[in-house]
Amino acid sequence: MSQLLILAAEETQNPLVPPIPELVIGLIAFVIVFGFLAKKLLPNINKVLEQRREAIEGGIEKAEAAQTEAQSVLEQYKAQLAEARHEAARLRQEAQEQGATLIAEMRAEGQRQREEIIAAGHAQIAADRKAAASALRQDVGQLATELAGKLVGESLQDHARQSRTIDRFLDGLDDSASKAEATR
Amino acid sequence: MSADPTQVLAFETDCHIFDGCGFPAPGLHSFLFEPIWGHQDDAVYFNKTMLLALLGSVIIIGFFWAAFRKPQVVPGKLQMVAEAGYDFIRRGVVYETIGKKEGEKYVPLVVSLFFFIWMMNLWSIVPVAQFPVTSIIAYPLVLALIVYVLWVSLTFKRHGFVGAFKNITGYDKSLGPVLPLAMLIEFFSNLLVRPFTHAVRLFANMFAGHTLLLLFTIASWYLLNGVGIAYAGVSFVMVIVMTAFELFIQALQAYVFVLLTCTYIQGALAEHH
Repeated sequence: MSQLLILAAEETQNPLVPPIPELVIGLIAFVIVFGFLAKKLLPNINKVLEQRREAIEGGIEKAEAAQTEAQSVLEQYKAQLAEARHEAARLRQEAQEQGATLIAEMRAEGQRQREEIIAAGHAQIAADRKAAASALRQDVGQLATELAGKLVGESLQDHARQSRTIDRFLDGLDDSASKAEATR
Repeated sequence: MSADPTQVLAFETDCHIFDGCGFPAPGLHSFLFEPIWGHQDDAVYFNKTMLLALLGSVIIIGFFWAAFRKPQVVPGKLQMVAEAGYDFIRRGVVYETIGKKEGEKYVPLVVSLFFFIWMMNLWSIVPVAQFPVTSIIAYPLVLALIVYVLWVSLTFKRHGFVGAFKNITGYDKSLGPVLPLAMLIEFFSNLLVRPFTHAVRLFANMFAGHTLLLLFTIASWYLLNGVGIAYAGVSFVMVIVMTAFELFIQALQAYVFVLLTCTYIQGALAEHH
């Protein structure tokens, strides 16, 4: 009897034949879910996901910009450093060259001054000798005249005679001196 | 015996082994419920399955409402969980099969389908409810029909009448003399069998899963007498194992359903087979 009941129940309720009310409820239940998700909640979250994506991409872009800037600054700095090194080397080189020329100039100047001093010394000596020679000639003439007057015993006051005699003597002396100089 | 479809529990509680009582095996009657309101034979009635279906909808909406009503760019915990689920379906199913450009339109439908089916399956292991709504063919069928109407109309809209016919029948000149036969089979398999298999795949899995759970649950109780207690222990372990297994199958079947949905839509949009 119970077996029959089961069979009867199974015949009226085939599990593959859907009852209409359940189909309707199933449709309603799904449409409710779909309506809420599709019209309200998923657009909501999509908007936020988009914002987040933009925020993240913005952050990445900023970081990239900062990195490029840092890179360019580093390169600039390196370039400046290289330039400064170059400049320093150039200055050193220049200073060395200048120093060398300065030394050479000083040396030339010193040489020149030395020669000037030597030349001046020579001229002085020549002038002194000349003055000494002329002073000596006068003194020798006077002394010789006085000596000759004492020896002869008479005053050689006669100016004409005296000066002729002395001049003749001194000329003889000059001649011998110039001869001696020429041979030296 | 429990042939009466008006029972409340799935089995009789006073029946034990060694009491001269036969094993109250689960069967088709386990999937029939006395309507809470109205009568089974009436045009309008309301039963446990319907209640669970509507309640399930409310729970899904409640969950996503709480998570996505005021979404933040920096998500809270609930929003993060909901986002992970949403993103999994969107990226892992829709974008993967249909593609990002064409698929974007169908994301809400597929996401709704997945979470709806999952929730309906989950009722199977929720205490007190303990009945998968999708083990009643009406629910998978209505979802499969929605998908069916969508992809068939999409095929005709995209390719025109002749193009759609060629698309559905897999028209391919290189088949030569076999072409009429191939077209006949394809037509039959795509247009007639597909919605049926789509629905039954989900239905049968949940139906069988629920039967298995029932079998071991009833057995645990039925064997709870005398030396039978030892067997009852084994049976109860199986209940736990099967519950865990069902938990996995529930998610898997929901995933398979939406994956097939996407494959059908993709086939409808594809230029040439």
